[in-house]
Amino acid sequence: MSAARTAESINWAAIDNDPRFQRLHSKKVRFLTSLMVFSLIYYFLLPIGAAYFTDVFKIKVYGVVNVGILFALSQFVVAWGIAFYYTAKARQFDAMAAELVREADKIGRK
Amino acid sequence: MDKKRVLLFAAGALALPLIAMPALAQGAVADKWKWLTFLVFGTIIAVTMFVTYIAAKRVKTAADFYAAGGGVSGLQNGWAIAGDYLSAASFLGIAGLISLYGYDGFMYSVGWLVAYITVLLVIAEPCRNIGKYTLSDILAYRNDPKKARIVGALSTITVSTFYLTAQMVGAGVLIKTLIGIDYEISVMVVGVLMLAYVLFGGMVATTWVQIIKAVLLVCASILMVVLVWSQYGFLGDFLTSVVGDAKVQARVAALIGDRAKNLSAEQLGQIFLEPGLFLKVPLDQISLGMALVFGTAGMPHILMRFFTVPTAQAARTSVNWAMAIIGGFYVLTLFLGMGSAMKVGPTAIAAIDAGGNMANPLLAQSLGGGPDSLGGNLFMAFVAAVAFATIVAVVAGLVLAAASAMAHDLYVGVIRSEHVTPQEQVKAARIATIFVGAMAIVIGISAKGQNVAHLVALAFAVASSANFPCVLLTLFWRRCNTGGIVAGMIVGTLTAIGLVMVSPNLTYPKVIKTAAQKVVDGAPEKMAPITEALASGDAAKIAKAEKDKAALDKAVGAARANLEKFKGDDTSIMGLEKPWFELRNPGLISIPLGFLAVILGSLLYRDKRADEMWDELYVRQTTGILAAKAQAH
Repeated sequence: MSAARTAESINWAAIDNDPRFQRLHSKKVRFLTSLMVFSLIYYFLLPIGAAYFTDVFKIKVYGVVNVGILFALSQFVVAWGIAFYYTAKARQFDAMAAELVREADKIGRK
Repeated sequence: MDKKRVLLFAAGALALPLIAMPALAQGAVADKWKWLTFLVFGTIIAVTMFVTYIAAKRVKTAADFYAAGGGVSGLQNGWAIAGDYLSAASFLGIAGLISLYGYDGFMYSVGWLVAYITVLLVIAEPCRNIGKYTLSDILAYRNDPKKARIVGALSTITVSTFYLTAQMVGAGVLIKTLIGIDYEISVMVVGVLMLAYVLFGGMVATTWVQIIKAVLLVCASILMVVLVWSQYGFLGDFLTSVVGDAKVQARVAALIGDRAKNLSAEQLGQIFLEPGLFLKVPLDQISLGMALVFGTAGMPHILMRFFTVPTAQAARTSVNWAMAIIGGFYVLTLFLGMGSAMKVGPTAIAAIDAGGNMANPLLAQSLGGGPDSLGGNLFMAFVAAVAFATIVAVVAGLVLAAASAMAHDLYVGVIRSEHVTPQEQVKAARIATIFVGAMAIVIGISAKGQNVAHLVALAFAVASSANFPCVLLTLFWRRCNTGGIVAGMIVGTLTAIGLVMVSPNLTYPKVIKTAAQKVVDGAPEKMAPITEALASGDAAKIAKAEKDKAALDKAVGAARANLEKFKGDDTSIMGLEKPWFELRNPGLISIPLGFLAVILGSLLYRDKRADEMWDELYVRQTTGILAAKAQAH
């Protein structure tokens, strides 16, 4: 990173229009939206299921362990899984962004 | 520096005797063992004071005070977030709910972890990339700086004050219940300690106090759970023990009433592992879930934590650590709660505190060897001290958030238009801290005896309905502008508060009196079979009838007391006879309204700056260009 870089010295509009940034932006937004929607649906199935599908939650799976307990525990596993998946994917975004960060001073300058 | 050192010692010296004052009322810890509790409390206070003393030397600039100079690592910040987030309500409250209501208590804990997915995916990294010290810094980036700072600061102060009040009142009640120290003294001790940490050590000390507290909390929980497992078995075996436990079965029978008559003991125990014992209004649960999942991402004191790390990658690492710690903690809570239901028994837990807050301390006492043993009391003292450290750490984070909104946003940003010297900035931050700290103590003492449980829900409701839509849309929506931010903050905050003011959270004298009158009127009818049984001559029947009579007398007594208490009073403080809005949690309505207000406000308002700054903000939040500069050296 050059020492003289400031918010004024960078052509932000040019970076925004750069195809590499456009690709990063659309990939990232699509990924975040779908992961966010999935996590919300999975979480809200718990209070909705406990209230409206109580009989399903009561079905015993193994000994006294029922669907409800397993589903509640699965929420933790799924939350950690989402964090893990996101972190792996975010490394790809980091790599895509690194190039833009390096060349930020050159983009849009003739 | 010398003046600081003297003041710091003065604060510590003031706090210690206050806490060591002879206890008058009876707490959960027996008088004989209180010295042990004070010893453990004193040790923890001494350690945190020492950390503050070291930290005070490092706090020189506003960046040090508000953001620990951006020098916190991802791992450290993860522990600090956990320490900031796991309040006494989590450590004591949720374990208590599980011990009294089983499955529903555990289900309640899930949302607190899932909330961090929102933080991880859409908040932590963008905020780290463009922010500096406060929530308003993010809002002021492309919107009119003064307007954005005013609404952002007001909302931060509102949310922090609600949360702070709940914590201060909780601290007073908790310390009184645990060791019998007077409520007012407890509140002052917490206030003085928290002031010492924040005032002298700023974010550096706050971070370390939160890390120490989180480590203590996790260690105490793991130790207790291992002991519980060694007695009741692991996972499946543990749950089988729960179902077969006589105390649990009796609790379920008491909760479900008449339905229990045709069920076997095993069936009763099984119900403890099924939903429905506590959470009766499904929509309320969904509404609360929404407030948690979106509100955590809008909590000013949580957002602030992301400005303490140097990069977006470190912000990501810190949320991952926080999710591991917080999630692991809530899984352990299942075993703590159900373990105390078996070991101590729901009746004994509810006898000391109706909300179940004493489940963990009592479990520790029992696991350590019982109420008369040194081991039991040492363990209980340790758990009580952890709960105390928990409150102080959470309160410190909240005070810092509120003080930064006053000093950095309102004073420096709005009143002085950013024209201040670095020395003036730090001075303003310290003055604001004293002001907020004093306010917290005064509010805490004056709210004595008030029902403040709903204030935490209200803090999350405002954060999710006002802060979250504004932050999310200014970061990700090109058309968002000052009009939207101002409208969203006002509409989100007012609807959240307004709906709670007309909800069942408030006290409705007429409803209480009607219920009480029913109990009093129905008493003779219930008394008839008891009188009959007493005269029957059958010893077993008489014993049961005497028990029933005592219960009935107690209920009638309580009902009469309520009738007396609300005599000549028919309406809530809002002048309503019954709740106008049926849900305790307003999120279901107020969150969509908050989003709608940001969208409509943005579309109706013209703001050239918000539009021109979009490219810069969006490129920066996505790529992290210039992020290292935001640390301000």
